[in-house]
Amino acid sequence: MNTNQDYNQFVSGIYPDSRGHFGPFGGRYIAETLMPAILELEAAYTRFSSDPGFKEELNSLLKKYVGRPTPLFYAKRLSDHIGGASIYLKREDLTHTGAHKINNTLGQTLLASWMGKNKLIAETGAGQHGVATATTAALFGMECKIFMGVEDIQRQAPNVKRMKLLGAEVIPVESGTGTLKDAMNEAMRYWVGEVRDTFYVIGSVAGPHPYPMMVRDFQKIIGIEAREQIMEEAGRLPDMLIACVGGGSNAMGLFNAFADDAVEMVGVEAAGKGIETGKHAATLGHGSIGVLHGSKSYVLQDEYGQIKEAHSISAGLDYPGVGPEHALLKECKRARYVSVEDTQALEAFQTLCSLEGIIPALESSHAMACAMVEAQKSSKEKIILVNLSGRGDKDLDIVFSELNI
Amino acid sequence: MNRIDKTFEDLKLKGEKALVGFVTAGDPNIPDSLKIITSMCEAGMDILELGVPFSDPTADGPVIQRSSARALEQGVNLKDVLEMAQTIREHFSIPIILFSYYNPIHAYGIEPFYRDAVTAGADGVLVVDLPPEESDEMTSCELSKDLPLIRLFAPTTPVERMAKIAESASGFLYLVSKTGVTGSDGLDTKEIGTNTESLRSVTQVPICVGFGISTAEDVAAVASVADGVVIGSAFERMIEENLDNPGLPDIIGKKTREYKKATK
Repeated sequence: MNTNQDYNQFVSGIYPDSRGHFGPFGGRYIAETLMPAILELEAAYTRFSSDPGFKEELNSLLKKYVGRPTPLFYAKRLSDHIGGASIYLKREDLTHTGAHKINNTLGQTLLASWMGKNKLIAETGAGQHGVATATTAALFGMECKIFMGVEDIQRQAPNVKRMKLLGAEVIPVESGTGTLKDAMNEAMRYWVGEVRDTFYVIGSVAGPHPYPMMVRDFQKIIGIEAREQIMEEAGRLPDMLIACVGGGSNAMGLFNAFADDAVEMVGVEAAGKGIETGKHAATLGHGSIGVLHGSKSYVLQDEYGQIKEAHSISAGLDYPGVGPEHALLKECKRARYVSVEDTQALEAFQTLCSLEGIIPALESSHAMACAMVEAQKSSKEKIILVNLSGRGDKDLDIVFSELNI
Repeated sequence: MNRIDKTFEDLKLKGEKALVGFVTAGDPNIPDSLKIITSMCEAGMDILELGVPFSDPTADGPVIQRSSARALEQGVNLKDVLEMAQTIREHFSIPIILFSYYNPIHAYGIEPFYRDAVTAGADGVLVVDLPPEESDEMTSCELSKDLPLIRLFAPTTPVERMAKIAESASGFLYLVSKTGVTGSDGLDTKEIGTNTESLRSVTQVPICVGFGISTAEDVAAVASVADGVVIGSAFERMIEENLDNPGLPDIIGKKTREYKKATK
């Protein structure tokens, strides 16, 4: 996997293969009851995603409803403060609903509508994907159920109210640890029962094929825009891309458009309270290969294949799995994955607030923390492009309590 | 002849259908679990499905989720489950099917799993989240010939797909009675009849039906159309309701006899 030839193969965009495999990762590890629905979804996606009418409708909504293109912003005060590389921020926090998640939910909701389905379900961790799904469900007049762990309901209370306001039913999930993985388990259980007329909107580049491919495709607009914008602004490609990785959709969306370029890619996982404490969510960095939620990738597990609890201050990164394409990027050494602790993310959060007047999501604060370290190590000529995947309004309660404000 | 085929042949001669019982291995703990299984075997159960506990059982309803959690609290892992199978094999000739999600087997290693499962005296393996599209990684193992992969069929499986999956199937076929997770309510015996007939039109392999079957009446109704009836959540519910009751194995045994009678 580590040969230069495979690296080139990756660049040419051959993944996933027809069976949904990203090299040794990905696939469709699901109950037979769901297989026909997954095959139907794959066929519908293949057909409609190349339909000019579908593309036109999606692009029009991305522009007029989501507010795309989002700006690329040169964080001058932050860059000067650090005194190293120039840091540019891709402002996904400025989308409608405040995070990149809506790029994907809009695509999937439109697909559901073209498939003639009008009931949506989704899992959510931080609540951003739930809010984005509830939003596009309202836009299309669809019924919407959001599965959310009880722990996350508590720590992301404002988003729960937003989803309800948007007309979605929020279903509390008490099983397991009451976080994102359990919400996904429960959504899959519900889907097994209602598969005939329900569309499952998965929020990350995880899950069974075709989700990792489809979600990447709906998110790659981030990278396409960012690539054009940096060329226009700086007249050249960036040296490094940085994005946070929970399931990995915002990172994949940014990375994809630069796959053929000589640009370094860095994914930032959550180191939680510290890798050595075991309370982290650094799946790629410290997990091992396994099967969770329908695909083979890296997972946090014990030696017997039982999934371990993840930990992060950021609910959106608090997931013991990761998208299979990231596993491939790691294997090919095309991308590098590092991790950032809760405390470092909080510091980066405050720095961005005070120096740039931007309140980032705690997820994105992990990417910011990494960017500040990398910028300091680099010379002034270097350019680092960070995906500021979401805004931090939803995290204010946690931040206030952590910082005793 | 292997134990599964022999069981179905013997039942056919007697004019009976198979009672297939599922329990999560090690629930509520390994010694009590072995007592429960012994009681089921002595009560005339025909095939044992031994569940490997898993942290994220996405195809299971709350009853089996909790049973899995109880076993995991005891630290039960796949190695323990294989040891339990071996203990059961020392006393009974009943076919033992290992019932698992894929990740515990993947973590154990495919080759070591087959080697140890065959040595323990298991007869088949059913992997809930391993559809035929992904099962090569197991069936390509040379040892898999000694431990057939029990194939799953759902009410949503189109008949052409049924035919394709059944082609490589052996042992028996597991037909899921309805869309939904294990233990959910509302058994539609008419739909089960239709689905069983569709499946039978493409295969000679015996068909067992499971999910949501809990009363002796359900068993009799399903047994009238299928070759076997799988009971899982109903047993686990009895275990859960009698966790501190020393009479638990007898309660399970009595119920097993009741179910078995309904298959005759």
